[in-house]
Amino acid sequence: MPLTSADFSAIWLTVKLASLTTVILLLIGTPIALWLSHTRSWWRGPIGAIVALPLVLPPTVIGFYLLLAMGPHGYVGQFTQWLGLGTLTFSFAGLVIGSVIYSMPFVVQPLQNAFSAIGTRPLEVAATLRAGPWDRFFTVILPLARPGFITASILGFAHTVGEFGVVLMIGGNIPDKTRVVSVQIYDHVEAMEYAQAHWLAGAMVVFAFIVLLALYSSRKTKPGWS
Amino acid sequence: MMIRASRLAPLLAAFALGSAHADEVQVAVAANFTAPIQAIAADFKKDTGHTLVAAFGATGQFYTQIKNGAPFEVFLSADDTTPQKLEAEGETVKGSRFTYAVGTLALWSAKEGYVDTNGEVLKQNAFKHLSIANPKAAPYGLAATQVLAREGLADKVKDKLVEGQNITQAYQFVSTGNAELGFVALSQIYKDGKLSSGSAWIVPSSLHDPIKQDAVILNKGKDSVAAKALVDYLKGPKAAAVIKSYGYEL
Repeated sequence: MPLTSADFSAIWLTVKLASLTTVILLLIGTPIALWLSHTRSWWRGPIGAIVALPLVLPPTVIGFYLLLAMGPHGYVGQFTQWLGLGTLTFSFAGLVIGSVIYSMPFVVQPLQNAFSAIGTRPLEVAATLRAGPWDRFFTVILPLARPGFITASILGFAHTVGEFGVVLMIGGNIPDKTRVVSVQIYDHVEAMEYAQAHWLAGAMVVFAFIVLLALYSSRKTKPGWS
Repeated sequence: MMIRASRLAPLLAAFALGSAHADEVQVAVAANFTAPIQAIAADFKKDTGHTLVAAFGATGQFYTQIKNGAPFEVFLSADDTTPQKLEAEGETVKGSRFTYAVGTLALWSAKEGYVDTNGEVLKQNAFKHLSIANPKAAPYGLAATQVLAREGLADKVKDKLVEGQNITQAYQFVSTGNAELGFVALSQIYKDGKLSSGSAWIVPSSLHDPIKQDAVILNKGKDSVAAKALVDYLKGPKAAAVIKSYGYEL
């Protein structure tokens, strides 16, 4: 077997992290995307920019600020210590928070585009048929925005799997807790274990290709980002 | 961040080489030697006119980069085995290898009075996180695991260990307070014969294999006057004084 048990636990941890991050992002990203797609508030610009920041910022910037913020002297760290949770650095929970921030635009933006494409008309029609807001969301928006949700889930998951810099800076490389596949590959390369690095890295290339293939093949009508 | 800087370094070095200054030397420097080499570089420039361009990182990482054509002319390793390996593989100038410093390991906390001078704090085990450098890539990390093993603490602290990718990151985890204490290089916390901040236990060298740090001229530096000058300079009394002032042995 070319992969060791340490490799498999890194893979399992990565899948867990990416799944949890995607679910959380769908839950908090949907209302943000809905608001961004329909609001005329002055805040639309600033909030949209904040959501998109991780697209532009190097992961080291996010990692550095998370390390300071979640540490014992940072605001987040002092809050979590006050709650009796200790600090979040070097923990799986900390990685989840980092990943949610890091992958946020990859979930919010496809959703926002999907919601914008629906427009207001179907919602107005539903409203005249006496559909309440929740009803409209579940029976009109959700089915119409399905492709957007699929794209958002795939991108959110895949981008979290590809995360490296943030994890490196706040993770502490702990087996089963913070040592994800990308860090495990880096470790193999640094330790000159090239054969093992190849197996994991090769698997990542195949995974990334399959994900993107699924994504682009599913879009028959609208090529491009969305 | 050190890792990022060192990834960029070969690229920057490539640009620098493009302009072909004979008086520049590209040096890969083990992260623990960051502070001393910066001090030495200033003197070196003043005394010889040559400019030292340094990239900082973990020794294992440099090995990979050198094997893959990184444009370094001199390599200041954190151990002696990596330069020996490079020598055996024909990547270095024969006969150029020498020990430029012997590293000292320290158990350090950013908090005053947290670490006692005998390292009893390790046995009390009241901390949540103990930071070390990745033992597979960084010699100071390996030395740290040897200390834990010899003190019979390896199993006890296993679940508390957090790893930095190199000694700089191990230091960073402690200095930001995310880990209460950690094994760092004395050179990171020591200047002019005393501790710069926090509290520390200077680990006796009998508790781990000696951290002999070897330097070597790489093939890319074969004909470089500046590379030769740097190696001579490192062997000289002026550099030795600087190196000792950061807590290294010679």
